[in-house]
Amino acid sequence: MTIKVIRPGLFSSFQDSGRTGFQHWGVPVNGAMDQDAHALANLLVGNPTRAASLEITLQGPVLCFQAKALIALAGADLGARLDGVVLKPGHALCVKPGAVLSFEKREYGVQAYLAVSGGYLLQPVMNSASTYSRGGFGGLCGRALKAGDVIPICSSFANPPRVNIPAGWLLNPSASAVSIRVLHGREWHDFSASARHDLLNEPYRMTAASDRMGYRLEGAALDLTQPRQLLSESVTFGTVQVPAGGQPIVLMADRQTTGGYPRIAQVASVDLPKLAQLMPGDEIRFSLIDLPTAQALLVARMGRLKKLEAAHS
Amino acid sequence: MSDVNCETRPVPASLRWQFEACGDSCLVVVFATLFSAQANWRAVAFSAALHDLQACGELCGITDVVPALVTVGVHYCPYTFALQYPHLTPFDAVAQVLENALMGLQNAPRTPTKQLEIPVCYEGEYAPDLLHIANACAMTPSEVIAAHSGQWVDVLMVGFAPGHPYIGMHQPALKLARRAVPRTVVKQGSVGLANCQSVIYPSDLPGGWHIIGRTPLSLFTPANDPPCLLTGGDQVRFVPISAREFEALAGVRP
Repeated sequence: MTIKVIRPGLFSSFQDSGRTGFQHWGVPVNGAMDQDAHALANLLVGNPTRAASLEITLQGPVLCFQAKALIALAGADLGARLDGVVLKPGHALCVKPGAVLSFEKREYGVQAYLAVSGGYLLQPVMNSASTYSRGGFGGLCGRALKAGDVIPICSSFANPPRVNIPAGWLLNPSASAVSIRVLHGREWHDFSASARHDLLNEPYRMTAASDRMGYRLEGAALDLTQPRQLLSESVTFGTVQVPAGGQPIVLMADRQTTGGYPRIAQVASVDLPKLAQLMPGDEIRFSLIDLPTAQALLVARMGRLKKLEAAHS
Repeated sequence: MSDVNCETRPVPASLRWQFEACGDSCLVVVFATLFSAQANWRAVAFSAALHDLQACGELCGITDVVPALVTVGVHYCPYTFALQYPHLTPFDAVAQVLENALMGLQNAPRTPTKQLEIPVCYEGEYAPDLLHIANACAMTPSEVIAAHSGQWVDVLMVGFAPGHPYIGMHQPALKLARRAVPRTVVKQGSVGLANCQSVIYPSDLPGGWHIIGRTPLSLFTPANDPPCLLTGGDQVRFVPISAREFEALAGVRP
């Protein structure tokens, strides 16, 4: 029971909910950039949300199913076609042996997630199937897909579960500037008043030098009141750090475990999926929320997801 | 195992700690704002104690405990804590759990650690920043090498990348800031120097430290248990080797 990779796409890698528990060895968490879309793809085919999905970035692969399978896409609409017929994100369907999944014109978003009922058969590394391509481990051979790869799957004869996707869970084509909520970073007060003002009032643009490790942004330079050499400590998904040049970097799924640059802000976890779907060139507007608000939003979101998962497992 | 390594250093009760938020899913336990060997030891000991509790099935909802130089990052799932402590914010609930754990730390023995010699080639292409370091520190290259090697230094933490150690403190003469613009790729095994500390790049990575040399040793092997060559609390000594020795050890063709 396999899927054959005819063409790999730009960057297609297996990801799950993350490789937690090993950061004290410097092992990054990795995992899906858009955890909401990843979870949804799994739920649509009756998998637990922690199962691996295939994260497809911008340009999709061409995949040939060698066995019957129940599949679903969630997240970005990268123009998926199943044997030439349009396949929209947010729906599960059964594919026949020999069926070919391909991608044409991108409609919106950047990261699409392909889940297969029963899951991909991958050897977990440190309890996770997530690919860490920089470290060369996890996923399929520790790297993004290549032409000729053969992906082992569990064949499934299950019918798609009836998933009532809550409003707002499916990605929408984004407006011109994306609004991202942030909390104070650990060094917020070390930045100048104008830097703190600019971060929350000026537009920042995602540059092409962005990847799964971090998004390099471009906008008003953010300066400290005085230069500081900080002691390295923990950073997380969404940490906004500012190296000496003053241009912020948002740390993403393949981020390092610790860092030593001043951190002006921290993206609220609920807004990370939105950030994960941005394209280089897209504009971001930051706004400030406090810790209790960010945690209440996150707890509410996770509650909705758990409810959905409980209803379909 | 030397006596120094097995020494038990109880944490003085008079020293306090602070809980700071790093976003909505991570709490940082701050033992000090400036580096001290004692604050580093407290971070090492506290995270070891938390890892022990985790191994006993406690601390449900805490996903990662990450010791750094003088702080410990505690990553947690706010949802799990919200369910367990509905009357507290998740941050306050985690702080309460950690406060209790810290109280119990007074008598924690130091985790047994190891001493390891690290061969380093300080020559030619393997040491692209040696001259720059020598100029910045007003020393000759051989004085820099002598200052950097020969003494036992502590592994202060592992972080940034898998198996990537921070080692120090070197003598004050080796004080220089990191590069203003980090390199996009630093070669595997490169030994970086900044702020009287060294790092070793376990794989090809971006990096902002000055490259003083390169080791042929593998710092991280995912299939090994543990996968890391070094961990916080270990001690290392850099031993100079020639380019020829490096190439023989690394299996590089001369």
